[in-house]
Amino acid sequence: MSETKKEPTYFLAEFDGPGGLLEAAKKVRDAGYKMFDCHSPFPIHGMDQAMGLKRSPLGVIVFLCAFTGVFSMIALTYWVSVEAYPLVISGKPLFSYPAYAPPIFAIGVLTGGITSLLGMLALNKLPRPHHPLFNSESFSRATSDGFFVSIEAESSEDENKIKSFLSSIGGKNVEVIKGE
Amino acid sequence: MKFNSQTFTISEAGSFGQKALIVGGLGLAASAAGYFLDSKQFYFSYLTAFVFWASLGIGGLFFTLLHHLVGATWSIVLRRIAETTAVTLPVMLILFIPVIFGMHDLYHWTHADVVANDAILQRKSGYLNVPFFLIRTVVYFTIWTIFGWMLYKMSLKQDGGDQSGNERMRTLSAPGMILFALSTTYAAYDWLMSLDPHWYSTIFGVYYFAGGLLGVLSFFAVFALYLRKKAVLAETITVEHYHDLGKLLFGFTIFWAYIGFSQFFLIWYANIPEETVYYLHRWEGSWKYVSLLLIFGHLMLPFLALIARAPKRNLNLLKLIGVWLLVMHWVDIHWMVLPTLHHHGVHLSWMDLTAMMGVGGIFMWFFWQRFSANALVPKGDPRLDASIHIVN
Repeated sequence: MSETKKEPTYFLAEFDGPGGLLEAAKKVRDAGYKMFDCHSPFPIHGMDQAMGLKRSPLGVIVFLCAFTGVFSMIALTYWVSVEAYPLVISGKPLFSYPAYAPPIFAIGVLTGGITSLLGMLALNKLPRPHHPLFNSESFSRATSDGFFVSIEAESSEDENKIKSFLSSIGGKNVEVIKGE
Repeated sequence: MKFNSQTFTISEAGSFGQKALIVGGLGLAASAAGYFLDSKQFYFSYLTAFVFWASLGIGGLFFTLLHHLVGATWSIVLRRIAETTAVTLPVMLILFIPVIFGMHDLYHWTHADVVANDAILQRKSGYLNVPFFLIRTVVYFTIWTIFGWMLYKMSLKQDGGDQSGNERMRTLSAPGMILFALSTTYAAYDWLMSLDPHWYSTIFGVYYFAGGLLGVLSFFAVFALYLRKKAVLAETITVEHYHDLGKLLFGFTIFWAYIGFSQFFLIWYANIPEETVYYLHRWEGSWKYVSLLLIFGHLMLPFLALIARAPKRNLNLLKLIGVWLLVMHWVDIHWMVLPTLHHHGVHLSWMDLTAMMGVGGIFMWFFWQRFSANALVPKGDPRLDASIHIVN
């Protein structure tokens, strides 16, 4: 593979407060941009709808993995108590499943919990120690008092068009960030 | 019925109350006729029905107490329904009277000749004797009535503009919760567990409570959806509230199973005859299929039906699940009570139905009388608006 993959360009614009950011997110969404994100110091109610985010598929993934865990544990307890070490304990049948219900339940919860964590990280593409947006001097204020919208674009796209769009919806200090 | 969305009241309350009273009256009359045909069957059917409807009142009281203690916002729109369910409990004390007359048929330990020849029952007679049993039942209902009525009255006062209402209701709920836990536990021991006086299970009270709470949550969903169909509170109790109710239904389905399994597990593991006899009776003949029905119908099916987001927000489906869970709650109580009478298999009687109609009709009539007389939501609560517009 040749190194032809081009680095994306990021467009950063600042907005006034959480309300301004919410309005901006709706406008960016309505303008048809897919690769954009909003950055604020705290969570904003209704941002998911404003950005037009779909529901995460994590629930389905966790459900499937948790049940895989449950059935694996049923198989393991069966194999151990019937195939590998068939011992009669307190006169009960070899596969005394009530006794295995607590570990089966626990493994189900554990698989579900671990899948939730790892799945969340994977879907968010985390951990990610560096992002090109960090090159922006003003972006560090996103953790204290800055409200930003960033649009990700292929470098072939018209820079001026996106810049003027961000200005037109009320964005201030529009920046173009390239590179690593 | 006409709903005024400004005052949250209904005018022309409709025929709901009358219908409930007719069903109740017919049910009780038919059951009374059944008494002369087969008094033992009558008492057991009646006890099942009584314990079923009482559990809804108990569940409603718990929901109200919990609502105040945690300072919940989402459930404010459901609070009046819960409060009104709780104030049906004094009526249940009156409906307990037939059980008093049936004690000799229901409870083995009331027979003096049996106790005289039974060392275990002699030891237990300090607790299991008729006067103390009756005193205890009155005490349970007194506790429930005091807290149910006081919370209800305070809530109505809040409708009139009492600003300090929430704080005082929360203060009252803390001791209420402790007394509630104790009284419900002992009520379950007395009414249900003492049907087999040799057998005991310390978790039994929690099991009854878990079933009752699941039952009352189903009742809230079904009743609120009935109101919605009549265009009452349709804009107030939104799909977001049903979603939350669905989450609680899901949670308490698992809680019920967790408690039921905890009870079964220790008894099964220890394998001591005096304890296993309870499950042995319920695995005999056709009772085995009722036990399996509980595992699949009371746990597996609602678990799978409620785990995803969509069914909780699909109101038709939620109504179906609510009705199903109420039926399963009845099956659960039938399964606890009736093996004492029919040892070798399920024997459904028409009195099971008429007793449910009788007690349920009176319950619903009284519930509706109180519910329709006031604002349908606690309109004085300062966070009512936040509750109406809640988003998951």
